[in-house]
Amino acid sequence: MIEFEDVTKVYPDGTKAIEDISFTVEEGTTTVLVGPSGCGKTTSMKLVNRLEEPTEGTVYVNGTDNQELDKIDLRRTIGYVIQEIGLFDHMTVGENIATVPELVGWDQSRIDDRVDELLELMDLSSDYRNQYPRELSGGQRQRIGVARALAADPDILLMDEPFGALDPITRENLQDEFLQIQERINTTILFVTHSIDEALKMGDRIAIFDVGEIVQYDTPAEILSNPKNEFVENFIGENQAFKQLSITRVREVMDEPQDHESASAEVAPAADGGEYYSISPDNSLQLGLTRLLSIEHTTLPVVEDGEVIGYLTEDHVRSYFDSAGEQ
Amino acid sequence: MEPLFISPYIEFVTENFDQLVARLVEHILITAETVLIAVPIAVGLGVLITYNDRAATAVLWAAGIAMTIPSLAAFGLLVPFLGIGSDPVVFTLVLYSQLPVIRNTYVGLTGVEEAMKEAGRGLGMTRRQRLRRIQIPMALPIILAGVRNAVVIVVGVAAVGAYIGAGGLGEFIFNGIRQGDSVMIVVATVVVSLLALAADYGIATVEQLLRIHNGEEVEQRVSTQLIERAV
Amino acid sequence: MAGVVSTTLSGIRYLLNHLPEFWELLAEHMVLVIVSEMLAVSIAIPLGVIAARHEKLKSPILSVGNVAQTIPPLAVIALMFPILGLGFLPSFVALFIYALLPVMVNTITGLESVEEGTIDAAKGMGMTQNERLTKIRFPLALPVIFAGIRTSTVINVGTAYLAFFIGGGGLGAWVISGINLFNMPQVFAGAISGAVLAISLDLILAAVENRLGSTGPASAQVAA
Ligand SMILES: Nc1ncnc2c1ncn2[C@@H]1O[C@H](COP(=O)(O)OP(=O)(O)OP(=O)(O)O)[C@@H](O)[C@H]1O
Ligand SMILES: [Mg+2]
Repeated sequence: MIEFEDVTKVYPDGTKAIEDISFTVEEGTTTVLVGPSGCGKTTSMKLVNRLEEPTEGTVYVNGTDNQELDKIDLRRTIGYVIQEIGLFDHMTVGENIATVPELVGWDQSRIDDRVDELLELMDLSSDYRNQYPRELSGGQRQRIGVARALAADPDILLMDEPFGALDPITRENLQDEFLQIQERINTTILFVTHSIDEALKMGDRIAIFDVGEIVQYDTPAEILSNPKNEFVENFIGENQAFKQLSITRVREVMDEPQDHESASAEVAPAADGGEYYSISPDNSLQLGLTRLLSIEHTTLPVVEDGEVIGYLTEDHVRSYFDSAGEQ
Repeated sequence: MEPLFISPYIEFVTENFDQLVARLVEHILITAETVLIAVPIAVGLGVLITYNDRAATAVLWAAGIAMTIPSLAAFGLLVPFLGIGSDPVVFTLVLYSQLPVIRNTYVGLTGVEEAMKEAGRGLGMTRRQRLRRIQIPMALPIILAGVRNAVVIVVGVAAVGAYIGAGGLGEFIFNGIRQGDSVMIVVATVVVSLLALAADYGIATVEQLLRIHNGEEVEQRVSTQLIERAV
Repeated sequence: MAGVVSTTLSGIRYLLNHLPEFWELLAEHMVLVIVSEMLAVSIAIPLGVIAARHEKLKSPILSVGNVAQTIPPLAVIALMFPILGLGFLPSFVALFIYALLPVMVNTITGLESVEEGTIDAAKGMGMTQNERLTKIRFPLALPVIFAGIRTSTVINVGTAYLAFFIGGGGLGAWVISGINLFNMPQVFAGAISGAVLAISLDLILAAVENRLGSTGPASAQVAA
């Protein structure tokens, strides 16, 4: 768990990077910090592992004021993916990943196993182990950066634009991969991006930053359906694809099963949940997405005249969203 | 024609072979002594000045000034204090070696990418560990390039040291000039130059191996390829 | 320490007592250094520019240049003796050759080090090859070229002392005869004036470099 309590950071040169910020990242959840360049996202992140110290206020890590913790120990227990990746060019991929386990003194065989495991997790063949970072593509380097941060099983992970500077397809793949990984490792994650799409996809909660302050801290569904003010609206609205979602009907995108029997069977548990857990075919896709994000299931029944006539999944919305984004 | 042209040189070499070898060994010993004294001092200074910008400017400036003192003059001035022989020569050469090695140590250590240093901090390395695991390995080839620079200077200037009785290949050169013996001059200058070249090439090879070890892509010299293939 | 101070003082006294001779030696020394350096620079830069344009010329020139720079200064001076004999001319030629190569090598590497992207941008704006050279490559290479000129000038001042061995004159006369006769004030007077000369020339070149608007730091001469 990470808690910011009235935190202000002023750099020695007088730059006020963040002012009076408070928010909590619950254990095992992902909070995404999103906002324009220079609004203080990286600064907030560095306050957690004490790469920077707060000017005012307190940052709690797992309930303890992090000023009371030893800096070096703290950093070793928190995984950190830095914005510039920062792989050590003179070390092999394997040595890079093994950095923290070696610092904390794991024995060699355990380190080796862990490196293998992480390479596999990142979908990189074990041939990469002995290559040097300079020989890798941008996407591979970012994956190594993430693997290095995960190496010593941290229970907190700080990820500063871990999938930045990537082409949309590789980026999408890495995001998907990471969502799967996240389900397995159940870590508390603070994630920085300046893409609202990525924030909506990756976050349990999203903190929307304007210069130096948090404008809205909510779940993705809440942010989409109740943007707090114009800044947030603009931030979401900047994306044409989102506008498109609000003027597209569910009917145009949903899947219609061959026969009603199987459709009912598939969505039955959710259909019992009352109106909120279903959607009408004439509602907008934006509402569909909001509901999808707020329920546990990845499938939403489409109900007309009390009968299930199809279903909507996140994949439908996403592929529609992507094609709208490309236009 | 050709054998006639070369024969006086061959004759000189065969007649004075023992002398040549003895002078060559002296020359190498002076160079080695200098390097053994100079490099630890210079690397130490180079590391120390990374802690303080003002000290860095001052030390680099002083080392630069030391290089402007003409070698011959430095030898002459040290004779009253250190006597005739190799001591004043080694002392001067140690001074001359400082600039390239200090500068390259400093540049090598401070030139490490900010992102790498930040990553090191973020992963929980202490200052010492960052120095040992990141900065020094990255700087090592650059420091070695400085040492190579210094060694080439040392081999060259050591030749002048023969004028104040330090021995070495310079003795043949000065005798040759004094006696108007062209053959002696040519042979001695060729041997001195070959020594400098060999040192340069040898250190450059080690430097390349270090770079390869650091995962850099380099255009390999023949020697590097041979060693790489052998290992 | 007391020894150092008294040597310094007696050196200065020697210099003041032999001013006319000092001016003569200094003039000889400066002519050797400055004329050979200027000639070397005015030939080395155009040669470097031509070489940088022709792939075939470039790499042999670079490797010959790098090898030649490792040859000891005394060796270059001494080799002039069998070829040109004793006197001013052989000394001058030796200094010229010794200054030529570093400047040429730095010119080539300086021109080479300009980023491809910058060159492409210039091409994209429709600059001809000559315009690219005069407006882009050369100004950007200037700090590296100047580093070469400054280093070779300082070395040149020191090497010129050795010219006395082959009758080239200059401040070496005081240092060498001082060593021979164990006349320390004379050695000191000869030595310190050369060091001051080297530092002054370096500062003047730095000022010229600033005037020309190149932004390279004074310590741009990092050995690779
Ligand atoms: N070490 C520092 N010293 C002074 N000012 C700094 C420092 N680091 C960051 N800043 C300033 O603090 C503000 C916030 O910077 P920060 O890096 O946290 O932004 P960010 O939200 O991560 O931006 P980006 O999306 O571009 O990465 C900026 O105005 C920045 O210039
Ligand atoms: Mg940032």
